[in-house]
Amino acid sequence: MDSANFHILMQLLLSGVIAGSVYGLIALGFVVIYKSTTVVNFAQGEIMMLGAYFCYYLVVTHKIPFLPAFVLTLVFSALLGMLVEMVILRPMIGEPVFSVIMITVGLATLLRSIVGLIWGHDTLPFPSPFGDATFEISGMVVSPTEAATVVSAVILFLALFAFFRYTKLGLATRATAFDQRWAFLMGISVRKIFSLAWAIASVVAAVGGVFLGLMGGLEPNMSFIGLKVFPAVVLGGLESIVGAVVGGLLVGISESLAGGYLSGWFGSGVKELSAFVVLLIVLMFRPYGLFGKKEIIRV
Amino acid sequence: MLEVNSIEIVYCDVLKVLKGISFQVPSGAVVALLGSNGAGKSTVLKAVSNTLELEDGEMEDGAISFDGRRIDRLGPERIVRLGVVHVPEGRGIFDDLTVLENLKVGAYTRSDRAKIRADLEAVLDYFPPLRQRLPFQAGYLSGGEQQMLAIGRALMAHCKLLMLDEPSLGLAPLITGDIFRIITRINREHGASILLVEQNAHLALSVASYGYIMENGKIVLDGPSDKLLENEDVKEFYLGITDMGAKKSYRHVKHYKRRKRWLS
Ligand SMILES: Nc1ncnc2c1ncn2[C@@H]1O[C@H](COP(=O)(O)OP(=O)(O)O)[C@@H](O)[C@H]1O
Ligand SMILES: [Mg+2]
Repeated sequence: MDSANFHILMQLLLSGVIAGSVYGLIALGFVVIYKSTTVVNFAQGEIMMLGAYFCYYLVVTHKIPFLPAFVLTLVFSALLGMLVEMVILRPMIGEPVFSVIMITVGLATLLRSIVGLIWGHDTLPFPSPFGDATFEISGMVVSPTEAATVVSAVILFLALFAFFRYTKLGLATRATAFDQRWAFLMGISVRKIFSLAWAIASVVAAVGGVFLGLMGGLEPNMSFIGLKVFPAVVLGGLESIVGAVVGGLLVGISESLAGGYLSGWFGSGVKELSAFVVLLIVLMFRPYGLFGKKEIIRV
Repeated sequence: MLEVNSIEIVYCDVLKVLKGISFQVPSGAVVALLGSNGAGKSTVLKAVSNTLELEDGEMEDGAISFDGRRIDRLGPERIVRLGVVHVPEGRGIFDDLTVLENLKVGAYTRSDRAKIRADLEAVLDYFPPLRQRLPFQAGYLSGGEQQMLAIGRALMAHCKLLMLDEPSLGLAPLITGDIFRIITRINREHGASILLVEQNAHLALSVASYGYIMENGKIVLDGPSDKLLENEDVKEFYLGITDMGAKKSYRHVKHYKRRKRWLS
């Protein structure tokens, strides 16, 4: 491979990693909710979008500096997640899985219409607080916003990992995820854990949404990324935090490579499809996903 | 002291499985609740820990109190905080947490760190096999070790009343013997009262001081363990000692005959 080709490959991998960190964040939200409440939340992309619009509203409309606006966005998203859990999902406890899923699909549509009503359907540019000056890492061009995206994703991922591994509440969440009935018997308030899971998932998604907005502007259709992230979640094994991140990165990279190398032959749609192709191949060899686990079978 | 007063439990609004059950567990006592499969023993424990709601069960009548306080309207997490801990049938181990994490999650309601650490040591002294297995996934423990872990985890909650649902289920007699010896020690050294649900009447009555026998959602007989062990009907139907050979249901025996034997 000559150096020009190598350079293109590296640049494609890098953009894959950048997109992949956003996918990873949203996938993380999916996994946190699924793990603790066994609800597949189809409104994850919309919650992400609402977070992004809220931050935009504070920064662009109200001229609030980015950092406090960002912190307010996280608080808003946490409250939004808890509200959704309390008002929409709690009454559904004990209902069939299909109904619960349809409720989240309904919520997604509702949130998308609300955003469309308030902010319209045009793309709104969201000026980045990190400036426009790009820099180079061994010949590859990176913008400060892109670097901030990856760094934030890494920090969030490590924080969540530590939370689940080392804190009492994190342990209680994992116990609840394994079996609610036994969690009750430990004195764990399962309602509190559900609420917490939705708060965490929404905050993580909002961070992804804000950075996505800073990189590409805002539009209601950005929420469809929630569906794109689905292969990432399944790839990772649905229940694994590490899996969500690796799945997100894999989807980001495969999209980027497919877009760079294959769209000349197959058209631009190949980029959108590539995630599903990778998913199919992985599931053929590992039906539980990359990090999914078979249930322990007792003898 | 736990007092259960004529409780009636219905599943799915239609299926009445407890038809007025009353019993007591005095402080510091070991009490056995016996009965064959389907009698309603597990339902009694779920009523006390208030976890029936998860299975669409409801208490229609009666009262449950602990240390003089009504607990049947409290959420399950409040009941654990009062020291009433339920070890469910099948043990309720968190398979994908480590043994240590299982024990830690048992202490979820507490925040006295130094005491928690001391209790962890105490649990490991009661159940030495758990010590080497602390960092491993609990799902891979043997049945006996899992039962030890389940009881140890309940001790981590600093229980005043320990409710065990068929701890002997699926275990080899030798291991069951070990576990029952430790249950007796826990009662004596830890001062916890124990409500022991069992199908194996002989085993349970050998450690309990008092027993209740359930059939079909009702208590049909109760008394001090030694009296129950001597009772002809108990011998026949629950201890498998029978003259006739055929296994009959207890309720087929005429009531007066039962009373008479019991009173004599
Ligand atoms: N969740 C449930 N829904 C409906 N019926 C149940 C449920 N749980 C138990 N039962 C019924 O209640 C009766 C008592 O069950 P259980 O308390 O588990 O008895 P035991 O522990 O003595 O074997 C049984 O007939 C059982 O079929
Ligand atoms: Mg039972």
